Amino acid sequence: MKRLRYAGVLTAVALALSGCGGAKVGEDKPVAGGKDCGTFNLTVSPWVGYEANAAVVAYVATKDLGCKVVKKNLKEEIAWQGFSTGEVDVNLENWGHEDLKKKYITDDKVAVEAGSTGVKGVIGWYVPPWMASKYPDITQWKSLNKYAALFKTSESGGKGQLLDGDPSYVTNDEALVKNLSLNYKVVQSGSETALIQAFRDAEKNKKPLLAYFYEPQWFFNEVKLVKVNLPAYKAGCDTDPAKVACDYPPYDLDKIVSKKFADSGSPAYDLVKNFRWTNEDQNAVARMIAVDKLTPDQAAEKWITQNQSKVDAWLGK
Amino acid sequence: MAAITSDVDVEIRRPRRSVLVGILLVVWLAAYFVLRGIDTLVLGGQETTAPHRWLTEHRDDVGRGNAVFDAIRVGVEHFAVLLQNLISQPSFDRPVPVIGWLGVVAISAYCAWAFGNWKVAVLTAAGLGFVGLQGLWQESMDTLALTIAAVLLSLLIAIPLGIWAGLSNRAFRVATLVLDLMQTLPTFVYLAPLTLFFAIGPAAATIATVIYAAPPAVRLTAHAIRSVPPESVEAARSMGSTSGQTLTKVLLPLSRSTVVVGINQTIMAALSMVTVAALIDAPGLGQTVLKALQTLDVGVAFNAGLAIVVLAIVLDRVTTAAGDRPWRTANRRRRLLLAAGAVGVLVAVWFSRTYVWAAEFPSQVGIGSWIAAVASDVTTWIQDVFGGFTYGVRDAVTNGLLNPLEALLTGSPWWLVTVVVVALAAVLGGWRGAVPAAVCCGLLVATGVWHDSMVTLASTLLATVVVVAVGLVLGVWAGRNRRIDTWIRPVLDAGQTMPPFVYLVPFLALFGTSRFTAIAAAVVFAVPVTTKIVADGIRAVPLATVEAANSVGSSAWQVISKVQLPVARRAITLAVNQGLIYVLSMVVVGGLVGAGALGYDVAAGFAQSELYGKGLAAGLAIVLLGVLLDRVTQAAARRTQNFDGRGDKR
Repeated sequence: MKRLRYAGVLTAVALALSGCGGAKVGEDKPVAGGKDCGTFNLTVSPWVGYEANAAVVAYVATKDLGCKVVKKNLKEEIAWQGFSTGEVDVNLENWGHEDLKKKYITDDKVAVEAGSTGVKGVIGWYVPPWMASKYPDITQWKSLNKYAALFKTSESGGKGQLLDGDPSYVTNDEALVKNLSLNYKVVQSGSETALIQAFRDAEKNKKPLLAYFYEPQWFFNEVKLVKVNLPAYKAGCDTDPAKVACDYPPYDLDKIVSKKFADSGSPAYDLVKNFRWTNEDQNAVARMIAVDKLTPDQAAEKWITQNQSKVDAWLGK
Repeated sequence: MAAITSDVDVEIRRPRRSVLVGILLVVWLAAYFVLRGIDTLVLGGQETTAPHRWLTEHRDDVGRGNAVFDAIRVGVEHFAVLLQNLISQPSFDRPVPVIGWLGVVAISAYCAWAFGNWKVAVLTAAGLGFVGLQGLWQESMDTLALTIAAVLLSLLIAIPLGIWAGLSNRAFRVATLVLDLMQTLPTFVYLAPLTLFFAIGPAAATIATVIYAAPPAVRLTAHAIRSVPPESVEAARSMGSTSGQTLTKVLLPLSRSTVVVGINQTIMAALSMVTVAALIDAPGLGQTVLKALQTLDVGVAFNAGLAIVVLAIVLDRVTTAAGDRPWRTANRRRRLLLAAGAVGVLVAVWFSRTYVWAAEFPSQVGIGSWIAAVASDVTTWIQDVFGGFTYGVRDAVTNGLLNPLEALLTGSPWWLVTVVVVALAAVLGGWRGAVPAAVCCGLLVATGVWHDSMVTLASTLLATVVVVAVGLVLGVWAGRNRRIDTWIRPVLDAGQTMPPFVYLVPFLALFGTSRFTAIAAAVVFAVPVTTKIVADGIRAVPLATVEAANSVGSSAWQVISKVQLPVARRAITLAVNQGLIYVLSMVVVGGLVGAGALGYDVAAGFAQSELYGKGLAAGLAIVLLGVLLDRVTQAAARRTQNFDGRGDKR
């Protein structure tokens, strides 16, 4: 017993002595950032493409302008609310949302548009690549009925299954199925995770799958899904949601900032306004984050060293 | 529910009741074939009704700029941020928190030892060291800070309310109704509005957690107080105790172990909210899980989920040990040791404030990436090996049980379903069952999502039957055998606190996007709570009673069915009720993996502003389903209890 106690005391002393050798807290103080830029709140929506936008803009704002960027991980709807409570200043990738634009930009005047990101959004119906090569005509909507039996599942009640997606996206699929007289039933998968998992499984095990999906999306780096051609979109063909019989319109993804931030005269606002790149750029950064597992900052740094001229253009250099 | 009542009172039920139920079901089936497809009240995915649109328009009316809400927000926010500054976030102009990792480990282990025993102290130190090695120290401390804030606030409200509901019958009835609402109303319904009242950040996250986590503590405190034998209270009264003395000297000490179960459940519930709260920017492990799942990185998500489970197990064991420890028994030797330990803790805290190695968890030795890699490999292996077989199971259950049940519920006219449900409730539970059943059915029609409600009801019934069956078996097993209890408890804790999405990704791979996947997820989530309450009830059966049964040569099965289950009936009713409510609280998660119906409506209402009203209505429909099933089972249980009493006299 006594020996044990000695051993304990000795260990404690040894630990204390060895511990005292380490570096002390606060010895290497971080250098203070520039003052004129200040702080802005950047919402980060829950998909990797958005994260790529946020990574690059935050990196440039911090390193070149000396701003402090506070990233907040929020669902889109809550981010829009944040414009009115003053807790969100910048949204770097907005998919449509005309109703929210009306509420927060036109009516409440708490937010303003800050131009396009240059990224084009595509929404539609997709099949895994193995199906497109085995049944070449499946990419035309007119032949979908011919293959309906392939897509039967326990959920689709004897018809073909059209797997719908993330509840965040507005879909016309129920109307489309009806108006194009397709022998399909819309089944709600309920989340992006479920959709991606379904496509991954379908391609790997050669299972049939027809589902609602969208580009740009990091998953296209893993499996190159093939889009089914619905009747082409013409302006105005989707005005009455109940009578839609055409493809989804192309989306011009844009940026929204709070009124307060736009009027602040911060150089960060000019950066956000000038920020503009392409689907390929976004995919490259998204791939580094999703597949190569780089942190957003590492990914941004890597992309910027290869594309300095684009960054210079955003900064007005 | 059918399983529980038939399990418990198969001997005592009068044949007339089962015959009546049988006749009702046959009549319903016959009527279904004649009337199917009429008045089924189907509403498409993007369609809304006038009340839904009205709700959408008036979403922001409540609570804007309200002084009371502001005061609550400031108070809660300061409390949460204070805890974060203490242990997780750089604070007070220092690059590290006030207390570094060494200090946190020392304080936690010391508290575990002081309030519990040295075993849980070692477990605490090991658990915290483990999450540090996982490379998740700061995230874990953020989660811990918010959890402590939420649990303390919950208990501050829940214990007094629970005592009140335990003493007063009227308070008990009101409380049950409100608690049902708090536990079954999906978080998604109030998450977005909460950020309007309480702003984005720790305050809203903490309050959302309190709403979800406080009910078990209230319920179990009330249950504990009501379960104290009346003889003890009578004895105290006859010796002239005041009601205050009776409460502090008799009721509370006698109900302590069950109150601790309630506190445990509150902690578990709070930790199971970690990922949901991350949707409104609550810092911590939830963020790691969500980020990993954006790229379907099951390994990293599992690593973070494991950290949540480890925290849960540590907190659970420490509270349990604290609950078991007799009060005021420290002798002189222990007091000396405690004082010496306190000095050691102070030294550790000083170290953690002074030296970098004790302030920031060393990152050289990381097992996080190894755990992540193993978890992904195991997942892939399971998917590859069992993939084909599991689809077969799914199709068999879906086509054999779920689809017929769902067809019957959704295909019948709403008024036929209502008549049958009210009649069933009347037969099983008398007017106490029939009146709530009628009211709930009427309100379900009013929500405008009747059809979706019936789809969800079918899955819920199936899931609850499985939960109760599994929970009873496991609970009796664990309640009769301490060792089994020690072994299955970590698994149960994991089932309750592992964020559902971590295991849903492999489930999705095994069963595809389907209602079956949602049922499986609900079972995993709800079985632990049912098991724990049943086990607690079985253990509370007086030893003398069991011994008496054993001494007359009863078999194990006879002891279980004739003695333990009937004596623990009250706990079993509570277990069924909680199992049901936990199943319902997973409806939304089910909606995210293919269950559609109410769960999807709620999720869509959270994501699309124009569907907000419909989401709220669907959330209320889930509550109504919960109240309906709860009232009918409670009334049925009360009836069988009465029969039981009469039978005894004969």
